[in-house]
Amino acid sequence: MVKLRSILKWSFIALILLFIYFPIIFLTINSFNESDVIQTGWSGFSLDHYRYFFDFENEPIRVVGQTILLAIVVALLSSIFVTIGAIGIFYSKKHAHNTLSAMNRIPVINAEVVTAISFALFVSFFNIDKSTYIPLLLGQMILCTPFVVLSILPKLRQMDNNLYEAALDLGASPTKALFSVVIPQILPGIIAGFLLSITLSLDDYVITAYTKPDSFMTISTHIYGLDKNNVVGPKIKAAYWAFTAIIFFIIVLVVIIVNISAYQKTRSKKR
Amino acid sequence: METLKKQPFRPHFSRKLLAIPYGLFLAFFVVIPLLIIIYYAFTDDNGKFTFEYLRLFFNESGGGLKGFLTSYNFKTIMRSLFISLVSTVICLVIAYPVAYIIAKCKLKNKSVLLLMFVVPMWVNFVLRINALKELFIWLGIYNKSNTWNVVNTIIGMVYDFLPFMILPIYTTIIKIDNSYLEAARDLGSTGARAFLKITLPLSKAGIMSGVSMVFLPSMTNYVVSNYLTFRNVKIIGKLIDDYFMGDLWHDGSLIALLLLLFMFLVTWLTGGFQADEQTETRGTSLW
Repeated sequence: MVKLRSILKWSFIALILLFIYFPIIFLTINSFNESDVIQTGWSGFSLDHYRYFFDFENEPIRVVGQTILLAIVVALLSSIFVTIGAIGIFYSKKHAHNTLSAMNRIPVINAEVVTAISFALFVSFFNIDKSTYIPLLLGQMILCTPFVVLSILPKLRQMDNNLYEAALDLGASPTKALFSVVIPQILPGIIAGFLLSITLSLDDYVITAYTKPDSFMTISTHIYGLDKNNVVGPKIKAAYWAFTAIIFFIIVLVVIIVNISAYQKTRSKKR
Repeated sequence: METLKKQPFRPHFSRKLLAIPYGLFLAFFVVIPLLIIIYYAFTDDNGKFTFEYLRLFFNESGGGLKGFLTSYNFKTIMRSLFISLVSTVICLVIAYPVAYIIAKCKLKNKSVLLLMFVVPMWVNFVLRINALKELFIWLGIYNKSNTWNVVNTIIGMVYDFLPFMILPIYTTIIKIDNSYLEAARDLGSTGARAFLKITLPLSKAGIMSGVSMVFLPSMTNYVVSNYLTFRNVKIIGKLIDDYFMGDLWHDGSLIALLLLLFMFLVTWLTGGFQADEQTETRGTSLW
């Protein structure tokens, strides 16, 4: 009885994992397929799609590069800016604290398309030139900063406030106390917020589409555009299968490493 | 001695002032844009105040209430609601057992198992949807019929948003003090009864948080519905996008405003305004 339940339990977990991973694995297999059209089926092993992807003459790798660059810039700006802001919010009086938290929640609960068009209207209302990349950077920051705030604030709450006072009493300037006492304590929150910003920025389609300069492309807008205009760029599409496969391999590697390190940790504890 | 003298003259550094730049950022780039939406929804091309677009929305083709109930806008809203309700229920039905099994299992490294449900999110969202689309093409169900298109959209939404449902539920279940359940067992309660009376109510915050993370995006994420159905399933997010792409900013703004009000209503109903950062999904628990 107990055994049957356990079998049912784990087959359910396995089934859901299969649902989550199957499309990605399917694409990974096809990235080694000579053909670049899925319907034709398996037409032989080839690394052509990888060769195409890694050729800097072609669009995909350049698009991937600039998407990653954009994500890093947005994440850096967001986490530095928000670290300052979150410390401020934390020490604000109750009324200001609540107002700021409420404003911070708006982009979190709002539909992305509403955030995107409202900001796009703002950009056209004040005649800001999209080709300056300023709307794109600000737009993506709107997307990321609320989540950075939400990952830093709990760390501020856990912080031992006496340490800051002690630093001041021992003669540190407030700036120095902030940098050498407060910041190190909330660093895990800042890093979590930074990483989260990177994934949000990498993933984003809607806000990017509304705020980017016309010639600029990210992974999301590039692939979506291929589908939308029906300009069938089968080679480009297949190159992105290769890219998906590469990320999948990285994921598998990370999961294995985490597994091994977790296993070793529990083993060393036993000793 | 010198420092002692200096101290009274040092202006007291107030840390709360640090909130000003971020406060201004939010006011300028979040609040003002929303006010601009309201402005566009209730003015015409000459900037004159009007209810015309509100009237048009509810009375697109004339014919009063009956006209509205058969209008394109109303059908799109109903379709969006249907898709997002079904997606949310499926996500919940899958996510709760998954979160429960992982949280209660005897494995030492539960977080590794949880990680396996979360890491696919590292693959770019459009790439993931693209993988699903290629799979649908291969299975022969891509753009096969209207029904298949709706089914495929729902599969896409579930596929995309499932981790957002698993994480908050897992976070709340793992926090439940085991001694409650032991006490229930000692007092003669069966496993099912203990679950219904203790685990389920105590994980309500996680369910609510998960529902709000899935329900609203699956009404508006038109990338999923467009990409998986050869642009044959219109949801409300696409409706707004279409108006803006067609330069009909006033009509688009009005629908965006209505959607915004709906969001606030749902968030208020699911208690999202009181939710503390601990149950915030896309936040820290991801890492």
